[in-house]
Amino acid sequence: MSVRKPLPRWADLILLPFINLCAAFFVCGIVVWIIGENPWNALIVMIKGAFIYPGSLGYTLYYTTNFIFTGLAVATAFHANLFNIGGEGQAYVGSLGILLATALFAPYLPGIFVILLCIVCSALMGAAWALIPGYLQAKRGSHVVITTIMFNFLASALMVWLLAGPLIQIGQQSPQSDLIPKNAHLPSAETFFGWFGIDVASSPLNLSFMVALIALFVFWVLIWKTRLGYEIRAVGKNQDAANYAGINVSRTIIITMTISGAFAGLLAINEVMGVQHRAILNFTAGYGFTGIAVALMGRNHPIGIFFASLLFGALFQGGAELDFEFKSITRDMVLLIQGMIILFSGALAYMFNPALSRILTRVLKGGEHDD
Amino acid sequence: MIEFFFQFLWALDATLRVATPLMLCAMAGIFSERSGIVDISLEGKLLSGAFVAATIASLTGSAWLGLGGAICASVLMSLLHGFACITHKGDQVVSGVAINFLASGLTVILGIAIFKRGGQTPTLSSDERFRPIELWFVDILDNIPILGSVYRELISGHSLLVYVALICVPVASFILYRTRFGLRLRAVGESPIAVDSAGVSVTWLRYRALIVGGVFCGIAGAYLSISHGANFVREMSAGKGYIALAAVIFGNWRPIRAFWACLMFGFLDAITSRLQGVDLPIIGEIPSQLMVALPYIMTILLLSGFIGRPSPPSAIGLPYRK
Repeated sequence: MSVRKPLPRWADLILLPFINLCAAFFVCGIVVWIIGENPWNALIVMIKGAFIYPGSLGYTLYYTTNFIFTGLAVATAFHANLFNIGGEGQAYVGSLGILLATALFAPYLPGIFVILLCIVCSALMGAAWALIPGYLQAKRGSHVVITTIMFNFLASALMVWLLAGPLIQIGQQSPQSDLIPKNAHLPSAETFFGWFGIDVASSPLNLSFMVALIALFVFWVLIWKTRLGYEIRAVGKNQDAANYAGINVSRTIIITMTISGAFAGLLAINEVMGVQHRAILNFTAGYGFTGIAVALMGRNHPIGIFFASLLFGALFQGGAELDFEFKSITRDMVLLIQGMIILFSGALAYMFNPALSRILTRVLKGGEHDD
Repeated sequence: MIEFFFQFLWALDATLRVATPLMLCAMAGIFSERSGIVDISLEGKLLSGAFVAATIASLTGSAWLGLGGAICASVLMSLLHGFACITHKGDQVVSGVAINFLASGLTVILGIAIFKRGGQTPTLSSDERFRPIELWFVDILDNIPILGSVYRELISGHSLLVYVALICVPVASFILYRTRFGLRLRAVGESPIAVDSAGVSVTWLRYRALIVGGVFCGIAGAYLSISHGANFVREMSAGKGYIALAAVIFGNWRPIRAFWACLMFGFLDAITSRLQGVDLPIIGEIPSQLMVALPYIMTILLLSGFIGRPSPPSAIGLPYRK
């Protein structure tokens, strides 16, 4: 493959990912067809469920918010050639930051400060949970993939213990924390637009969507416009070269993992401050793992991550619609689609590369699009 | 004293049952990782094996066909893993994550499509499953005081697949350390370029390692759904693939040591339910979540070099490019 001429930039950035996405959907379509349903109908139902029905767009964007955070978490680590599978656990313990911040500050400070402190604390807790695997990778050489997997299980055990024990709501049987104070709630889209007299349908969408958009921008600045970002990318490309150029590799690895964890930790603000208003069992619901698919599809770039998150948001919301419309296909279809997308745009990302390159060379008669 | 002895015996008996899928998956992990392929898809292979075993056993009424189907399904998953990360040199971890997602999705979707029971398969009758086997001489040995009970309670009375798992461990060890295939397999995980320059195909060798792993995971899956359990339940692998991976690391990528790690993790699992709500002397009640977390904590400590020194295969995770 290395002998072949590289693909033109537009084909590499847009056409190839699009072909991979189509391949993933095509295989899922075959599965739907084997089950005996019409794949086309299923797709239409999902699109309607994600965008058309009243309130559905709000739900889609609410899921999108989660995926932007976890996608950024995975992408940050990818830039340093690290694989953070621990977004799930980091987001889970991120909720502890919020609970802690509300307990400490909510009685004394006005809402806006409480909210800001909660956001910072959720990021800090997520960062702390990623710091240990980062440290172990940098200083002890234990592979971050394995340690972050283990930390997911640890987070799960810790949260079950906390939510069923010390943090359980008084007089409750089910494992969930107390409601957080009113001044730490993030206004929902309905409330927010209500201030301006605009009527929108009720949905879990809340202001953390704005935080997610800001995070995308921060990510872009961090990776491409700062010295640290340069160091992160240098370490990701070649550790030895980075080291030779005077970059402190282990320090960069630790910092990258902390930032990665911070992005994941922010997921908790959407769930805990925006929707549930308390920490509940398994509120992360696999969003951390979906972040892997988002980062792979979005090619670790903020614009890509935004659209990939939107796609997965639509899949999650539209997938829920499948339950109502079909007897034999359910929202579990989304798991399959995720797997296929990770397979085709991650592990098999360059499978279509040689064929595409051959076709393009023939079509473009070579030469002109060489950059 | 007698009561404590029997308590202990039952705990060991339960350990063996819980550790069986761990052992098989750990052996699969060792084969794959020793050949240089990271295998976090153990979980997905285990799950798909469990689903196919229960489905076929329920449709045909034959546990043996179920076992065969489970092995085929799991090997297919292995081949997909190989296709992505050996043939197309894709990222092994990404491919593993993809397979785990595919397994979670496909098992439930197909389960609903075939049986319409929300992802579960129908409960199997006892002759559609691998039943406990009474070993020879149980009645005769019963007369010997302690040995008899040990034989009856601990050694005899397991399903065939438990014994298969126990045999797999020395077999895996033998293949790895005493056969030409094993030597080459270990070599390809350390230095694929050396293997390649000796004229042995790196690709085919790694594929074979993955296929062997697929067979082990398939048996483990069948054990879950048609021997230990009597049907398939969604996500029934419940992280066992990851625990097995932890056992591989804990056993320093060696079959016999990984076997002991599996038994230890199995033992922790087995006593967790027994210790729930029990007030132990001095330490008091142990939260069951701590017991659940213990294998992971120990593996992290081991990986970070606080207990022992891990020595993973040197070429692990790197696709081979000529």
